[in-house]
Amino acid sequence: MPQVMDADRMARALTRIAHEILERNRGTSDLALVGIRTRGVPLARRIAHSLKDINQGDVPTGALDITLYRDDLMRHAVGPQPLVRRTEIPFSIDDKRILLVDDVLYTGRTIRSALDALIDFGRPRSIQLIVLVDRGHRELPIKADYVGKNLPTSPKQSVQVRLQEIDGEDEVLLQGDAA
Amino acid sequence: MLKGGRVVDPAAGRDGEFDVLVEGDRIARIGKSLPADGAEVIEIKPGWIVAPGLIDIHVHLREPGQEHKETIATGAASAVAGGFTAVACMPNTDPVNDHPGITELILRRAATAGLARVYPIGAVSIGSKGEQMAELGAQKAAGCVAFTDDGRPVASALLMRRALEYAGMLGVPIVDHCEDPSLKGDGVAHEGFVASRLGLRGIPGVAESIMVERDIALAELTGGPYHVCHMSARQSLRAVAAAKARGVTNVTCEVAPHHFVLTDEALESPIRYDTNVKMNPPLREAADRDAMLQGLADGTVDVIATDHAPHHADEKLVEFDRAPFGIVGLETCVPLVFDRLVHAGRIGVRRAIELLSPNPARVFRLPGGTLAEGAAADVTVIAPDAPVTIRAAALRSKSKNTPFDGWQLRGGVAATIVGGRIVYRNEAL
Amino acid sequence: MLKSRHLLGIADLEPEEIGLVLDTAEAMKEIAARPIKKVPTLRGRTVVNLFFEPSTRTRTSFEVAEKRLSADTLSIAIAQSSVTKGETLLDTVRNLEAMAPDMIVIRHASAGAPHLLARLCRSVIINAGDGMHEHPTQALLDAFTIREHKKRLDGLKVAIVGDLLHSRVLRSNVHLLNRMGADVWTCAPATLMPPDLARFGVRPTTSIDEAVDGADVVMMLRIQHERMHGHFIPSTREYFALFGLTPERVRRAKADVIIMHPGPMNRGVEIDSEVADGPYSVILEQVANGVAVRMAVLYLLAGQEGEAD
Repeated sequence: MPQVMDADRMARALTRIAHEILERNRGTSDLALVGIRTRGVPLARRIAHSLKDINQGDVPTGALDITLYRDDLMRHAVGPQPLVRRTEIPFSIDDKRILLVDDVLYTGRTIRSALDALIDFGRPRSIQLIVLVDRGHRELPIKADYVGKNLPTSPKQSVQVRLQEIDGEDEVLLQGDAA
Repeated sequence: MLKGGRVVDPAAGRDGEFDVLVEGDRIARIGKSLPADGAEVIEIKPGWIVAPGLIDIHVHLREPGQEHKETIATGAASAVAGGFTAVACMPNTDPVNDHPGITELILRRAATAGLARVYPIGAVSIGSKGEQMAELGAQKAAGCVAFTDDGRPVASALLMRRALEYAGMLGVPIVDHCEDPSLKGDGVAHEGFVASRLGLRGIPGVAESIMVERDIALAELTGGPYHVCHMSARQSLRAVAAAKARGVTNVTCEVAPHHFVLTDEALESPIRYDTNVKMNPPLREAADRDAMLQGLADGTVDVIATDHAPHHADEKLVEFDRAPFGIVGLETCVPLVFDRLVHAGRIGVRRAIELLSPNPARVFRLPGGTLAEGAAADVTVIAPDAPVTIRAAALRSKSKNTPFDGWQLRGGVAATIVGGRIVYRNEAL
Repeated sequence: MLKSRHLLGIADLEPEEIGLVLDTAEAMKEIAARPIKKVPTLRGRTVVNLFFEPSTRTRTSFEVAEKRLSADTLSIAIAQSSVTKGETLLDTVRNLEAMAPDMIVIRHASAGAPHLLARLCRSVIINAGDGMHEHPTQALLDAFTIREHKKRLDGLKVAIVGDLLHSRVLRSNVHLLNRMGADVWTCAPATLMPPDLARFGVRPTTSIDEAVDGADVVMMLRIQHERMHGHFIPSTREYFALFGLTPERVRRAKADVIIMHPGPMNRGVEIDSEVADGPYSVILEQVANGVAVRMAVLYLLAGQEGEAD
């Protein structure tokens, strides 16, 4: 399976994103990172770590499970219910500038669910979106503010992000034929 | 003339190939290679059994009062389809048969139906309430052949004693539904691991045997003929066996097919809480079923009687606690007896016929039970190896509450003849 | 995934399925801590709570669980004595089904009532207690509570004390705890033990001291006052003396024992107030966990799903 990003490129992308965040937000005050389960969470933590390295500020980090907010639950019987995991946002999100983090941006429906979930938690001042890979084919008007890599794909292909914390190594793979 | 069948007549000591000549409503001659002489010759297929008409001494015909479940006409049709030329019907109708007027009604309806003979069993007490003895003399004169409060036990030992003495004087047996009411309580299933697992209130086997033991003591005391109906518990069998062993001759007992075929496991499989396995006495554990099998083989059990208890489908399609007790049995009896007893090697054909014809006749002092020259021509023709699939929907009974739906058994009724008339013929055979 | 369409009893669940419910309940529990205690998951679904036996605790617990998942909920309490006949259970439910509920939560006095409905009706059936048979969501929330405190179920000594004969909570808990590898001890007067209790895979004893000795968990079951009729116990006073959970008896258990009770409690009959309100008691947590566990069950059974993006 063709590897479109290796560990090195991923690390540099994340570091670049950290710098962009600091530039656009002029520092880390009121910032909070929320990673979308599952792989958005370790990415969020890495970005928090980078931000701390560069800027010395601690950015609170949380984990958001959006399973219960999905718009495709119970629409067609394909198999079992997706597993629900804990949401852990141990801080108030009111008036914060939230940085939502996910591994792959595709149709945008996951992000829509995440926005619904966040609104139930409070009223943030703003929400920005960070993704490692944007593979196109949006079905909703959702745009990422920070992108690790733009990757044109066809709907037949699938993008797999593997992370050290979960899969044992860092890489992004593209599976399937473009046609 | 029935030509070429295997005549099995335990009371006459006959078992072999014989021809049976019927004239009018009587048996004219039984012999080998009889001349036809203008009679209609019915060739009995090889291997088929020609038996004295089977008699079921425990059926509920529900009329008067519960005709939505069964009528005497539909019950009699069910009986002959099951191979029975005669049945004795229980008094727990509505009103209870504690009065000659009701006995006469039953006999009239049975005559109109013109199928199986019906012998009414009268109530021991008025309304079967266990308080006041019914007019047993008048009931006997009207046609009752036995007395019981079935549905309920005769709870008072004193009443049971008096009934045994009085009915004994009349030469009529007392039949008891043996059950201690306080131990039965509001139980709905056999008290054991299965009921425990399913959360159902249990009825212990000793609820039955305690009453059996009491009744045997009273039967010994009074000498009156006494019969245990629908026996189910191994402790009851032990008590009857012990009584017979010490020489008691006026105690008899019957077992229904479901008690020697099924156990309480039927409550869980194939359908959990299936109300078609709810009856009283309940299906018990394997040790009890095995005891019944043993008793059938060794002679302790005198009679097989079905306890045919029809209930309307609506009444059974409720939660288990609420459903009435009972299953139909007239049309499933012969296949179960042959498949599960004879073909299973537990008893022989002769013993099977004995349990279904001469013995019930003897216990209730009924005519029949043997193919004697000059006797009424009540004959049952059985195809012992015929494959039979029980289909509840096809039962002649008005009610279809049976747990045996879909069962594939070996042994079926080919024809039933009452008073020389063929009242049932199995077209499939 | 849950293999059956319905939740009729713990006896039908494999250990993996039990684990799945408990894991899902953990995620659901967090929702109760949010400012907005609601997720849209069962939006547009109708759940009917059909209670033929009076119950405040279980019914409100299901109602809260359903509302937190944004389902439309309808609670029907039907007073039915065995004397008044009225409409049959099947007819009642079929009439309800004409209004197309998605799920029916049923509590009934007759064992097997949910099984009858599961066989003959269209809706998903959740058993909220059927006679003396099972109360699966209670056992699940009990297991959840134990797991929260002890981090595991296997190997724990769990003592269950009380009217075992009439208890559906007992049967469900025994199935679940055995399946998950716990060491279950059951204690009751001889008159209140189900027949063949040892065949359930538990250690029966008539001595509460023996049951509670070294226990990790002590679960007390209600003893109803009615049991004095029917000759089960002579009096509640004697019952408390022989089988009541007192502070002295609690001291025989492990130092970190947890005390549980499905409720409602009869203080001074099966349990001393000091114990019920004491530091080892997790009785109120059970109630809170009940909502999370029921949310998990509703979610897992509402089953039909889409593909992961």
